[in-house]
Amino acid sequence: MLKVIDSAVPVACWSCSIGHNDFTLFCPHCSKIQPPPGGDYFSVFGLEPRLNLDLAALEHEFHRLSRKLHPDRFARAQENEREWSLADTALLNDAYRTLKEPLRRTEYLLKLLGAEIGSDAGTEQGGHDKKDLSRVPADLLEEVFELNMQLEEMRMARKLGETDPELQVSLERAKRKFDVLLSEVDQDLRSQWQVWDEGDAAVRKTAQKLMVALLDRRRYLSNLVRDVTETLGA
Amino acid sequence: MAEGRVVGIDLGTTNSLVAYMQGDAPVVIPGVDGSNLVPSVVALDPIPAGGGRPTVTVGNSARKALIQTPERVIYSVKRLMGRGLEEIQSELKMFPFRLADDVEEGEVPRITLGELKFTPPEISAYVLRQLKRNAERFFGAPVTQAVITVPAYFNDAQRQATKDAGRMAGLEVLRLVNEPTAAALAYGLDRAKAGTIAVYDFGGGTFDISILKLRDGIFEVQSTNGDTHLGGDDIDNLLLTIALDEIYAEHGVDLRGHPGAVQALRKAAIDAKISLSTEAAAHFDIELPNGDRYQREIPRAVFELLIEPVLERTAGPCKQALADAGITPEQIDDVVMVGGSTRIPAVRQLVDGLFHLSARGKKPHIELNPDEVVALGAAVQADILAGASTATEEMLLLDVTPLSLGIEALGGTVARIIQRNSTIPASATEHFTTGVDGQTNVAIHVVQGERELAADCRSLARFDLKGIPPMSAGLPRIEVKFLIDADGILHVSAREQRSGKAAEIEVKPTYGLTDEQVESMILDSFDHAEDDFAKRLLIETRNEAETILTAVERAPQNPAWQLLTDEERRIVAEARDQLNAVKTGEDLTAIRNATLALDQATRRFAELMMDAAVSGAIRGKTMSAAGEELGEAVTAPHAMAPAEFK
Repeated sequence: MLKVIDSAVPVACWSCSIGHNDFTLFCPHCSKIQPPPGGDYFSVFGLEPRLNLDLAALEHEFHRLSRKLHPDRFARAQENEREWSLADTALLNDAYRTLKEPLRRTEYLLKLLGAEIGSDAGTEQGGHDKKDLSRVPADLLEEVFELNMQLEEMRMARKLGETDPELQVSLERAKRKFDVLLSEVDQDLRSQWQVWDEGDAAVRKTAQKLMVALLDRRRYLSNLVRDVTETLGA
Repeated sequence: MAEGRVVGIDLGTTNSLVAYMQGDAPVVIPGVDGSNLVPSVVALDPIPAGGGRPTVTVGNSARKALIQTPERVIYSVKRLMGRGLEEIQSELKMFPFRLADDVEEGEVPRITLGELKFTPPEISAYVLRQLKRNAERFFGAPVTQAVITVPAYFNDAQRQATKDAGRMAGLEVLRLVNEPTAAALAYGLDRAKAGTIAVYDFGGGTFDISILKLRDGIFEVQSTNGDTHLGGDDIDNLLLTIALDEIYAEHGVDLRGHPGAVQALRKAAIDAKISLSTEAAAHFDIELPNGDRYQREIPRAVFELLIEPVLERTAGPCKQALADAGITPEQIDDVVMVGGSTRIPAVRQLVDGLFHLSARGKKPHIELNPDEVVALGAAVQADILAGASTATEEMLLLDVTPLSLGIEALGGTVARIIQRNSTIPASATEHFTTGVDGQTNVAIHVVQGERELAADCRSLARFDLKGIPPMSAGLPRIEVKFLIDADGILHVSAREQRSGKAAEIEVKPTYGLTDEQVESMILDSFDHAEDDFAKRLLIETRNEAETILTAVERAPQNPAWQLLTDEERRIVAEARDQLNAVKTGEDLTAIRNATLALDQATRRFAELMMDAAVSGAIRGKTMSAAGEELGEAVTAPHAMAPAEFK
């Protein structure tokens, strides 16, 4: 089941020995498959880092590369080509999965630029802290406090087998409100994409900071909405 | 290419098949008895008089032994593949699996079959070897490479166990393909080029749902879900339990202690289930050991009420798969039905409702035989891998991993590193460090599943990163790469980044055989001697001819023989003489055809004999008496019985 895969990168093509740059999946000279190139997910698709992507073009390129790289195409090839096909296709799939989804793409780009984002900071050796109160966005402090009280009440009522229609209505109203806030965050994110894609270094830096904050806010809001949905649905 | 053909194999819970690509269409390869289905049943013949290791039979003849010598037969072994001791216990209630009593927790369980013990992959290897032989007989050439299908929802251990079985059978498994995806490939060959399809695969022991997007020959799985312990078996067991309970309550007869009688009753339950797909009611009419009769009519409405909870369990996975793909039922263009259980009208009705089909003027696809479609798709994938034909050169399958992969974090929670429904191959890189100064080992626990706590997920492996250079706590930076390959099987590699040293990994798979164990279980190595292949083929074919001839010689002693018409007996005699005339010659095809003809000619006789044996066993006419009647006549390694339970 498990074995060590060595992913050393040769400088020259393993097949025709002509040197090539590291960022290519196929040797430009003899067209043979190469070990996974360095570089980021964008470079897999031959793209510069960007936040607005043409998803149809991305999918098309994903399919085109899949046809060439997939292990199915190397089932009877020699061992090293089989291993590189596996590693390259894994890279291609990881890249496509990350880039096609707007939030993952944004997080990925920000991390690439050195940002520490939300839950990810905790995965090295530790647990998550979903309900860290220090992260409550300041403008929502009062409402979140109120909401948490209501959620607690609702759960207690449920436990005792009681229904509280007034509380139900109030929670549903809160959920709608947070849903609206969530879509506002998404809109703000989108406009920052534009700013980042078109801006110079200084503009980008500001946009990055804003986006990190927006992602934190978004994560907080979506956890909240999930809690309310779960409690209402219970 | 110089290599031989790659075949596609559907290793099913109830039946197994082997298929190949003939030109641009996949075709199932029949066994010597002409039947496409090889029942996934393995029997151990009695120890030969002179001693030595008893031979193993597979398929229809093994199934017959189920009533005769149930303690030497095993079926539905797919349910045990890649599972631990504890997990198997629950299966034991309804299945006559006899665990070896010296199995310890952590070991791969072994099943007792007569005097011997086998692991589930070994049992499956016997089925695979039979299919391999069928294909070799058909091609007249060795077959060494195969694509084998597995339920989409199979986890890492179940997949590895299937691959191990292939190796034991002398097959290089080029790819494991998910069954619903294979079915989509079979349908996709002559279907519209774009669209979203759902494959509802309800087989003998497993249920899968997969949602795929088709575009320009690319079959991209969007999501998959399922239950690896839900299938037609559960319906059979439901009917069986009711019959056993009623027989006990109404007649005071407890059949549970009589494995042969239970198997005969099980066959009656399966017959009832199958007839209820076309008839308004099914009848049990069975004579009991005390002379009473158990008579019971099951109207279809009652049957449907009874199985509703089983069918309902397929709805949840369907809804989850739709949600994971981010689509509504209306966005599904086509639904493909796979697996024998989709013949049940109530199942079709449920599917119709789940995907709003008739409301949209659509019908589920049932054009391809639901028992064969997975094997046909496996043959298409085999052709893609062989890379040799134009029929499939534009086709590519992009499948997903059905379960999330995670590692156990502090407090027993799971940190997910690869989400379910990620396209495979997929990888994730994680960094680990030490918690104590000078620490040189880090233990990692890998799990698979969707639950929050590691204890609730399926444990895949525990491993130690060793040889970390002693440093202050938190300073080492060990990069561990997890890679799920195109078969859905996990590989792990690691390196310590500060020292640049590849860390040593010692892996203990939680369930599964070691390489050495698999090596030691490889079935008779004489299978690999290819030089005398033609000779072996001729000998095998002659042996088959001899076996059926012996059975026919003895047939007149069986009461069932008297039930045949003179004309039927004359046809059997003619076929027998024909086979006798060619059997010593060198013409393989002539012997094979004559054997097949004799088998066809004796089919009705075999059916009569089978019926007699079944009612004999139920009546409790002593098992050995029933056995004698069947006994001698059915030791043939091929069918003298109907190809399917009908």
